[in-house]
Amino acid sequence: MFRYYIWLALRSLRRNPMLTALMVAAIGLGIGASMTTLSLFRAMSGDPIPQKSAQLFTPLIDNWGPDQREKTGEPGQDMLSYTDAIALMNLHAAPRQAAMYATGFAVMPTDPTQNPFQADARATGADFFAMFDVPFKYGAPWSAADDEARADVVVLGRKLNDKLFGGANSVGKTVNLDNHDYRVVGVLDDWSPQPRMYDVMDQTFGEVEALFLPFNTAIGRQMDIWGNNNCAGPTVVDPGFEGHMRSECTWVQFWAELNTAEQVQHYRTLLDGYAAEQQHNGRFHWAPLTRLYDVRKWFDVQHVVPDESRVMVVVSFGFLFVCLVNAVGLMLAKFMTRASEIGVRRAIGANRRAVFTQCLVETGVIGLAGGLVGLALTAVGLAGMRGLLSKDMAALTHLDLVDVLVTVALAVLAAMLAGLYPTWRATQVQPAWQLKAN
Amino acid sequence: MHFGPILSAMRRNKVGAFLIALQMALTLAILCNALFIIHQRVVLMARPSGVDEANTFSLSNQWVGSPEQIGAMIRGDLAALRGLPGVVDAYATNAYPLRGGGWSEGVSLAPNQKHSTAHTARYFTDDHALNALGAHLIAGRNFTSDEIGERSERDKARPGVIIVTKALGEKLFPDGSALGKTVYVEDQPIVIVGIVDMLKTPWVSNAWAEKFVENSMLDPYIFIAKQYSYIVRAQPGQVDAVMQTAQKKLFEVNRNRVIEKVRSYAQIRADAYRNDRALAIILGTVSTALLAVTAFGIVGLTSFWVTQRRRQIGVRRALGATRRAILAYFQTENGIIASVGALLGMALAVGLNLWMVKALEMQRLDLLYVLCGAVAVMMLGQFAVLWPALRAASTPPALATRAS
Repeated sequence: MFRYYIWLALRSLRRNPMLTALMVAAIGLGIGASMTTLSLFRAMSGDPIPQKSAQLFTPLIDNWGPDQREKTGEPGQDMLSYTDAIALMNLHAAPRQAAMYATGFAVMPTDPTQNPFQADARATGADFFAMFDVPFKYGAPWSAADDEARADVVVLGRKLNDKLFGGANSVGKTVNLDNHDYRVVGVLDDWSPQPRMYDVMDQTFGEVEALFLPFNTAIGRQMDIWGNNNCAGPTVVDPGFEGHMRSECTWVQFWAELNTAEQVQHYRTLLDGYAAEQQHNGRFHWAPLTRLYDVRKWFDVQHVVPDESRVMVVVSFGFLFVCLVNAVGLMLAKFMTRASEIGVRRAIGANRRAVFTQCLVETGVIGLAGGLVGLALTAVGLAGMRGLLSKDMAALTHLDLVDVLVTVALAVLAAMLAGLYPTWRATQVQPAWQLKAN
Repeated sequence: MHFGPILSAMRRNKVGAFLIALQMALTLAILCNALFIIHQRVVLMARPSGVDEANTFSLSNQWVGSPEQIGAMIRGDLAALRGLPGVVDAYATNAYPLRGGGWSEGVSLAPNQKHSTAHTARYFTDDHALNALGAHLIAGRNFTSDEIGERSERDKARPGVIIVTKALGEKLFPDGSALGKTVYVEDQPIVIVGIVDMLKTPWVSNAWAEKFVENSMLDPYIFIAKQYSYIVRAQPGQVDAVMQTAQKKLFEVNRNRVIEKVRSYAQIRADAYRNDRALAIILGTVSTALLAVTAFGIVGLTSFWVTQRRRQIGVRRALGATRRAILAYFQTENGIIASVGALLGMALAVGLNLWMVKALEMQRLDLLYVLCGAVAVMMLGQFAVLWPALRAASTPPALATRAS
């Protein structure tokens, strides 16, 4: 019976190609626009580490005082000062933890006729890689001892390893960065968390750094801070990098892995205890204000998904709704012109349920066709987005399997929903009345 | 025109009329808000930066290793750049208008002030900067070459002189008397010696910085850092050529550097406003599709009604109704539906905007948009109904006499 209904639907759609085209186009356009923006929104609001996002936490400590807080009373800073980051590291209160900051190098190519090139880098602790489930292609992270000893070791990102060593296993080889030799201990496999969860302040989306080196090695070399650096509050900043390290400027991101509720609770207590101690010994002149956010909460606090993206979603779903209202009208018209045909079917024995199913199948077919058109338009829309947005966002403008399924399902569902009222009206056709009229 | 027959016909087709009215209302609501946002972004993007954008470009310079004599190296580079044919002037800086990242600072009227009086972008420049940017000095004077010091990012401030934008001067001294006044930056006394009419901050598309987007101050310091930018202004029409020769020249002077982000101001502007442009284009595209869908929807539904009522129309024609009267009938019908839709749509538009103001930090909708949108949607309806109405009007009166 179902196949017969499909056949009927196709026949009926062919009979009135203009109206069919209008319906399919309306649904296709609506779906295309809304799925383009929704796909981008989904990519932006995605969880790059779903298996662990509830176990990774970033702490904040108010080291500036009440004058610098947000209007809501929340801390004004989104990073830690070097002083606080080191103090937290030394508490060893989490199974894994890492302080980090963005920096960079001039890479000297092995071929001396080539010009040096720029590579951004992340200075971080050895735990960083295990904490964020970073995949390695060759080698392994450096050790905590390497970090302690300020060893000249690096982990290369895959792209940089391709560029310098043609993709070969470069573990044990040296690279020259800003006239210093560093030993390669590991090479990453492809790794592209979106958003870049560990540092959404400096760059929310896009590629991860080209290479990684121990936090203390970078500090020892006084490597420039390439990321945000906020100095506020009663800040006395002494000259030089060391003065900056002692200052209340915040520029260090900090992450800790806490696996149980007790660990989280314990960590919160420790944070408050630390801040209270700072108040006690005169560094803070205010009651402790600390925060501990997991990945998802942190994305909310940091407003990772821009309002522009939300506006686009709202407007395009509004558009989809208009398209559906449009489709309701057109389907109503279509089914009404067929009142006599339905009358005949009813008269020769089809019950209301059969008519209902038949009409619903027809709307489903329209939805499917609209969904396919919508899918094509979504692909076009995302390609257009790629041209409009910055390169960092390019990774966000791809259709994944879920997008495809959602698109088609949404279209079919939307069409059937839109067809509900016209279908119901069709079932109300009085067979006798129709036959008489003819 | 008699409304009676139209209304009674509509009563027999409540759902159809309601659907068209609803569609028009939603179209109006979305259209007003979309156009309002587009207009805002277009205005934002059209703002001048204060730079002679057509002839200016920037490049980022990064030294290899940790050279000791960066100050001397910068001066050497600048001499080489300024000597290039086609170059008007050049200077080195930490940041520039529309760059995206930079240094913001609080300026106070007294030392140790709890809250600074004004927020501003801070540019480290020299006596060539105003010429290289094409900025207009409207009061006071430029820096002199012997005022130019050196300062690294991690240095402490020293007493000195600055040039500020008109907007910053007025924010600090609302009576307009900023020139010659002493202000405090990093708790050091600084004298305002010059005022330029405009220089935007590096952050032009950023809610946080929007409040001080016109506030900039120029410090007479060569910025001593491993990484910084050169701004070069070329003779009219020569910017593309100079972009190439400048890089070549710099590598000639010293190979131990990385040159990145060589961007003309057109590129800098495009990068700075990329998201605004994207939003405007996407909303524009959706709005166009929206108008098309609504128009075709009206065409489709009205055509259906016309087909349904062909006999009725034939009878009217046979009884003496002119083509004009039939045309007017459908136009009036659409006009009535559109008026209801427009009324509903105006309320929806304001409602949608209020929600967006609350949830998405948008601005309040200008009511003029709602009115213009209502007129536009009603005109759209009249336009869309024209073809089916003409078809209806061409119904021959003889149809009434034929059995269907």
